[in-house]
Amino acid sequence: MAYLELNNVSKDFGGTPVLKDINLSVEKGEFVAIVGFSGAGKTTLISLIAGLLKPSAGLLKLNDLEITEPGPDRGIVFQNYSLLPWLTVFENILLAVEAVNPNWTPEKRQEHVEKYIAMVNLTPARDKKPGELSGGMRQRVSVARALAMDPQILLLDEPLSALDALTRATLQDEISRIWSENRKTVVLITNDPDEGIYLADRIIPLTAGPNATLGPSFKVEIPRPRDRKSINHDAHFKQLRREIVEFMLGSKQDRHMAITKKLILPDIEPEDLSIPRTMTSWRKTPIRKHELKEESVEVKP
Amino acid sequence: MQTMKPFKFDWLVLPLIGVAVVLLLWQVSCATWAKDLPTPLKTWESSKPYLMEPFAKRGEMDQGILRFTWYSLILVAKGYFLALIIGTPIGFLLGLSKAFTKTFDPIIQVLRPVSPLAWLPLGLVLFMGAGKNASELGALFTIAICSMWPTVLNTAVGVRAIPQDYLNVAKVLKLSRTKTLFKVLIPASLPYMFTGFRLSLGIAWLVIVAAEMLTGRPGVGGFLWQEYNALIYEHIILCIITIGVVGFILDRLMSLVEKRFKTI
Ligand SMILES: Nc1ncnc2c1ncn2[C@@H]1O[C@H](COP(=O)(O)OP(=O)(O)OP(=O)(O)O)[C@@H](O)[C@H]1O
Ligand SMILES: [Mg+2]
Repeated sequence: MAYLELNNVSKDFGGTPVLKDINLSVEKGEFVAIVGFSGAGKTTLISLIAGLLKPSAGLLKLNDLEITEPGPDRGIVFQNYSLLPWLTVFENILLAVEAVNPNWTPEKRQEHVEKYIAMVNLTPARDKKPGELSGGMRQRVSVARALAMDPQILLLDEPLSALDALTRATLQDEISRIWSENRKTVVLITNDPDEGIYLADRIIPLTAGPNATLGPSFKVEIPRPRDRKSINHDAHFKQLRREIVEFMLGSKQDRHMAITKKLILPDIEPEDLSIPRTMTSWRKTPIRKHELKEESVEVKP
Repeated sequence: MQTMKPFKFDWLVLPLIGVAVVLLLWQVSCATWAKDLPTPLKTWESSKPYLMEPFAKRGEMDQGILRFTWYSLILVAKGYFLALIIGTPIGFLLGLSKAFTKTFDPIIQVLRPVSPLAWLPLGLVLFMGAGKNASELGALFTIAICSMWPTVLNTAVGVRAIPQDYLNVAKVLKLSRTKTLFKVLIPASLPYMFTGFRLSLGIAWLVIVAAEMLTGRPGVGGFLWQEYNALIYEHIILCIITIGVVGFILDRLMSLVEKRFKTI
């Protein structure tokens, strides 16, 4: 019996199912990455595992117990950080630590929180509110909060998507290291196959929605610790990446898709400084409208 | 520095022009169709003792204007806090429970538009047994019941508008009910609550005048009514201006507090 078990789980919000017949089993201590297109239903899947959503059909089990409600045994890094804006970085993490360890002394809790703040390099921002942090810093707080809860299983919903490449790599290494040390069960949602391959034991693609379902598992047979630089030249890595990408594009085969983008063409005309600024122009009204354009790209597999 | 000129012009000169226009209209009205209306100059002359010695007490109903204002403010403060203490929990219940909303929302919608002039007699009847406190209690009741609705409704809206993300955090951490209330629900709805508080204060100040007029309590409203009966119309205008200025200041103060409590 696997540690986390999903049997024929489907989820709809009233219309066509977002997720259909999801089957997944994750062993204790395993690191699984789920890759999928935007809007496929990745967040929906993680919310089901977290217990924040109820499945329309099927059964989810953790440790052989049905998942019926959320709980602190599952640490989540939400895609949108979900930090409480009225609490500082320290207080946000402390709230979680208090909830999980009600019997600890205040000193112990504080020490624990500080440790995790330091782990994500946020000690200088310890007493800042989320509103004063950059997107990437917020994501790090969110990661620190989940880790500080020391949960049985970590659910990471695109935890690094808002980060720049460098910070992203650092935190990937951090997650990899923490995982190697504690062997927590991890379900990582990502839209980046490379990230999945670098971190996980197993990669499972989620097909394009609606009616998204999990594809076959791709086992990552690259020994750990993995080296970021050499991995790119690894034959197995390249092969895996090709297979995953092919599978995912293939799942879109019968769907016609067009991506529509709103483009804002930049102003290239210089502002006329000889026009005196009156009260009205002073109030931030743009002198010239940006040119708006819509561009539609047909995506064919 | 170029912006200094339009700045002063907009914020100082234009409002002064507005005042001048109104004074002119007032003066013209006095001279034409409103023969009983005291002129601006007469109003000023007659109001001078009340303005120059704002805290003087010459008799029960003959006191400096700020002293009257002070009495009114105290009464408003009492009624207003009563409104907040009652209104905020009701707002939370409305925001949290659909059943509660369905049960009580119709009643609230019906009671909300009832004028203070209608509530006051009921308040006096309710506290008739209280002897000499009857008029104060009746006035407090009226202020509270008239001014609590914005607090009730805004708190309810604020609670309903709490983003699911914050509630998810509370759920995942399995926070206790009290912790959820104090760490998530209240901070998340605080900005809405303060908007309600500000609107409530405005209404409380509106109601005070009606309450004082009907009960004859000393205060700006009571003074206004007494001077009307005494045919000293200048003081009616003095009271109106005082009420307006005080209301304006209260609103400004509240919006400062409101800004201070912007949690999100
Ligand atoms: N509460 C909801 N009510 C109705 N529809 C929803 C709800 N939540 C999600 N959906 C729908 O389910 C689909 C999948 O959403 P989901 O957020 O799971 O996608 P995702 O894979 O996480 O996307 P992204 O990569 O952009 O985060 C979307 O079409 C969305 O409109
Ligand atoms: Mg998502």
